[in-house]
Amino acid sequence: MLRLLRFLAPYRVRLLAAVGSLLGSGAFVLLTPQLIRWAINIGVDTRQHDRRLLVVVALLIVASALLRGFFAFWQQYLGEWIAQRVAYDLRNEIYERLQRLSFAYHDRAQVGEIMSRVTQDVESIRMYVSMGLLRLAYVLVLVFVALVLMALSNLRLALVAWGFLPVIGTVGIVAASRLRPVWLRIQQEQGRLGTVLQENLSGMRVVKAFARHDLELRKFEREARALFDDSYRSTRVMALLSPAMTGLGALAIVATVWLGAHDIAAGRLTAGDLSAFLIYLAILQMPVRTLGFMVNISARAHSSGRRIYEILDAECAVREKPGAIELREVRGHVRFENVSFGYDLLSPVLKGIEVDAPPGSVVALLGPSGSGKSTVVNLLPRFYDPTGGRITVDGVDLRDVTLRSLRETVGIVHQDVFLFMDTIRENIRYGKPDASNEEVEAAARTARIHDFIAGLPDGYDTWVGERGVTLSGGQKQRVSIARTLLRDPRILILDDSTSSVDMETEHLIQQALAELMRGRTTFVIALRLRTVRRADQILVLDRGRIVQRGTHGELLPHPGLYRQIYELELGDQSERRGAALPETAAGG
Amino acid sequence: MAFWGGGFAGGWSHQATANAQAFRRGLDGWNDDELGKLYDHRVMVRLLPYLRPYKVRAALAFLGMVGYSVTSYAQPLLIGVAIDAAVRRPPDLSRLAGVSAVLVTFAVASWAFQLVQQTMTGYLGQHVLYALRRDMFEHLQRLSLSFYDRHEIGRVMSRITSDVTAMQELLTSGLLTVFADITGLSVVVVVLLTRDLQLALLTFCVVPVLLVVVLFWQQRARAAFVRVRQAIAVVNSTINEDVSGVRVIQGLAREDQNVRRFGRINRGNLDANVDAGRLSAAILPVVELLVAVATSLVIIAGGLRVLGGTLTVGVLVAFALYIQRFFDPIRDLVLQYTQFQRAMAGGARIVEVLDTRPDVAEPARPLTPADIRGRVDFDGVTFEYVAGAPVLRQIDLHVRPGETIALVGHTGAGKTTLAALIPRFYDTTQGSVRIDGVDVRQLSRTTLARAVSVVPQDPFLFSGTVRENIAYGRAQATAAEVRAAAEAVGAAPFIERLEDGYDSVLQERGRNLSLGQRQLIAFARAVLADPRILVLDEATASVDSQTEAAVQRALGLLLAGRTSVVIAHRLSTVREADRILVLEDGRIVEEGRHADLLALGGVYARLHRTAYETGAGSHAS
Repeated sequence: MLRLLRFLAPYRVRLLAAVGSLLGSGAFVLLTPQLIRWAINIGVDTRQHDRRLLVVVALLIVASALLRGFFAFWQQYLGEWIAQRVAYDLRNEIYERLQRLSFAYHDRAQVGEIMSRVTQDVESIRMYVSMGLLRLAYVLVLVFVALVLMALSNLRLALVAWGFLPVIGTVGIVAASRLRPVWLRIQQEQGRLGTVLQENLSGMRVVKAFARHDLELRKFEREARALFDDSYRSTRVMALLSPAMTGLGALAIVATVWLGAHDIAAGRLTAGDLSAFLIYLAILQMPVRTLGFMVNISARAHSSGRRIYEILDAECAVREKPGAIELREVRGHVRFENVSFGYDLLSPVLKGIEVDAPPGSVVALLGPSGSGKSTVVNLLPRFYDPTGGRITVDGVDLRDVTLRSLRETVGIVHQDVFLFMDTIRENIRYGKPDASNEEVEAAARTARIHDFIAGLPDGYDTWVGERGVTLSGGQKQRVSIARTLLRDPRILILDDSTSSVDMETEHLIQQALAELMRGRTTFVIALRLRTVRRADQILVLDRGRIVQRGTHGELLPHPGLYRQIYELELGDQSERRGAALPETAAGG
Repeated sequence: MAFWGGGFAGGWSHQATANAQAFRRGLDGWNDDELGKLYDHRVMVRLLPYLRPYKVRAALAFLGMVGYSVTSYAQPLLIGVAIDAAVRRPPDLSRLAGVSAVLVTFAVASWAFQLVQQTMTGYLGQHVLYALRRDMFEHLQRLSLSFYDRHEIGRVMSRITSDVTAMQELLTSGLLTVFADITGLSVVVVVLLTRDLQLALLTFCVVPVLLVVVLFWQQRARAAFVRVRQAIAVVNSTINEDVSGVRVIQGLAREDQNVRRFGRINRGNLDANVDAGRLSAAILPVVELLVAVATSLVIIAGGLRVLGGTLTVGVLVAFALYIQRFFDPIRDLVLQYTQFQRAMAGGARIVEVLDTRPDVAEPARPLTPADIRGRVDFDGVTFEYVAGAPVLRQIDLHVRPGETIALVGHTGAGKTTLAALIPRFYDTTQGSVRIDGVDVRQLSRTTLARAVSVVPQDPFLFSGTVRENIAYGRAQATAAEVRAAAEAVGAAPFIERLEDGYDSVLQERGRNLSLGQRQLIAFARAVLADPRILVLDEATASVDSQTEAAVQRALGLLLAGRTSVVIAHRLSTVREADRILVLEDGRIVEEGRHADLLALGGVYARLHRTAYETGAGSHAS
């Protein structure tokens, strides 16, 4: 929690100004009842009979209101400004952190969970700064000074207020602390209801296919009912306690009136004094009643702060060395020297990996799922760092170069193409934002996607949806190839991405890939043998080790995993050749 | 900094927001950004009935609210009387005691009234919320797939969550608050007018000024609040997207660029919020000032008259106290104004969903034939998603019970649509689809679902256990039956290797399983449902060779003995089909067995040749 103060530090001056305004507005809030008291006393006090004084007091009331309004404006505006600013800084820091955290973090984290931290937790910190921190300070100052002023004016009456206000405040705090666990449950239940809803809507095809609306409705009703129960419980607690606080306030006023009126009758108090007391009671009631909520906001901000710091403090597994050098004029000679890797030390995923890929050569990685193919290629752009051994490019250890220059050198075409919600043009130049339109088009041409784009009504300015929903799989893949082409990387990683499209598209993609690979050192993760045949060397992986290596011609005659895979897949010759027949109409 | 406006960064992100919003609007014609009318009759007529079951409670809540307003707003008046009794010489102590007793009674009464009102409102509110949600959900289950093709899930969700909440608040506390404020105001106005006409008019003379100021402010604030909502939506969707796509971003070394871009978007949100905050804060001094002006006017005029002996000090005190309370309900009403508009807009969106008629409706008198043999007929079927753009044209197709049909063709040829008409995901535009000679539009939904099973290309698993997922189509299946189904499709070995076997809990969408494994579970689900007719969209995404082999074996078993319509991607499936249909442009252009079609030398032969050449070509290059 204290660490959050770091976010306030840059705004010291404004914070001071806010506190100043807060004190100022508090002072004038408390001054007004005194002025009214004075005015009423003038009116009652038949000895003074001073009309001019009355006008002066009236003018003072207006002046005091002007100043109070002035301070109130700055108090609220600055409070809001600082709170928004802290939220802004927090979001920026979290975002930047998330962009830099390596794959190891993102493998474990869930997008939904991260989003709830960026939205709800940041929001609760913002509330805390504006409502918890500043508002709480304001209320405390206000209550304290008012109680002192009242005591100075009439101790007996002040004691009534002294008696009631803490009780009301305590009821508020008790209510809030009783409700806190209920509110937390409500939050979770809302989350669960959302999950049921989301799943139901996304799986509507299955729901309909099996006509299980009844089951879905039961699931939904169960969660909605749980949410209902707790929400209703919280409204019942509120319905009990909030009138109690109002009632207590009303009783405090009655007691004040009763005692005060008797004092007036006895000549110990004036009507003006009593009015001031009553106005004080009215002014103080609301903030005192909400004390519980402010305490609650602070408690919530405490746990939110912890959750936010879990992100900000997350260890980035891949870090740039101080004084790292730029990787320049790369020829593309990649070597893995006795590389091992494990997500934790106990269970290594890769063991003793040795690869030597001369510039411009094609290395194919083959093996059953879970054998470590993707892990090998993920080490190359340093998405993860090896736990043992080293990887070099042109003889330079990857850990000695800047991440930026390394990742400019290594280009990747993923199997699962991710497009951003933007225009096709922006998606193609995503990795090279300064590319000209001509460059974008040239890349699209080479990737065999230009004709398609040019045929769209908006051409390159066509928006693609959240995950490129308006494009088919093959089109997305070619956009992704264009994206990589534009960056002109010396080293290329291809995740065998050519299986989920129709034959013509497949043909286009093969052409595009051939263009892309020309003259680059290429690592291909192959699921189909056809892709590996043209490789200069094939690495067959099994359980994190390279069990066989060589060209297709060298490997095939020998019994081993390669031949097994080969036979399994080629059980039917034509089956292999037509592995992908016509395509799905998904999206279209 | 940036105190007086958004500046460049703000302008930029507003533009981005507008683009994104416009883009999304274009997709489904839903507009979620605008505030609604203050009162939308259509919405109220449709949604007020939700209060009907709670008439008595609603009436009690209303009474409680009126009682509370009256008792609490009478307080300053009574205080004034008490003070008058006290300042009188000699003081009228019995009267003081009487007034105090009334004050205590009123305090207790106002407590009781408020208790009734809040308890009833809470009860009403939560029940209405639940009922609205449930009805919306049930209605969503009835809507046909064409609705889900058009609308983004996230936006449908926000209607059933935040819009419903806004509407519920309006129907219960919102409406009551408005009534309470109006009652309170009326009480004050009546009391002031009857106590002293002159002072009352002096107090009221600031009200028009306040109204003008507030209405002017309202217009600007409204726009500012809409901007705030849009700005935060863009911030959140950017984070969501860039976290989801972080692997691509790091692969392309876009982090710096993205951090700068996010900084601008985030800045736009900050500016929008600070603008709105300034507007909110700006109304404070105005209200303060007007309250003070009213107070000082009353003090001057009233004070002079007290001095002149034509007014009692108690009335003056009562006025001073009332002025403090007079402006609260007005301010409250102003706040409610925006809430009302927002809730009405939400209500309009709810009504829009509730009034969306399902394109595919359950027949009035559904037929439930006991025994389905599995004959499927398409007679002159034409289908259009969008009027005037047929996806299927005059399809005539007759499938014998037990026959396997493979659908082949390019993307957009109409394969998926044709298959989706059998389980009646959509209704035909022209012509009819019949099962055993009965039009599917006459069959009950459950009969149809029991007769036809669909295995989609991307198997959808629900969070829950493996067992629940396999038994999704037949909830009453025994453990042994579930196991038998899993064994039949070869899913049993991997399921049994999972930590809790069949009781292993799947993560969202079965993320903890591989694609191949998910497919096998979807197959097991279909086997257990044991339909006479199977519609299968063959998966095309890559799985490794071993899983591929398992899937192939399972597929053979699944098709055996059923009428099957398969959107085929594998040559083996096509070759083993009883009949291949080649679709092009929504028409069946070729029909026959593999060898016959190859010999024909038409579209199929060309498709087959391209596949062959691509395979060969990739080796050579």
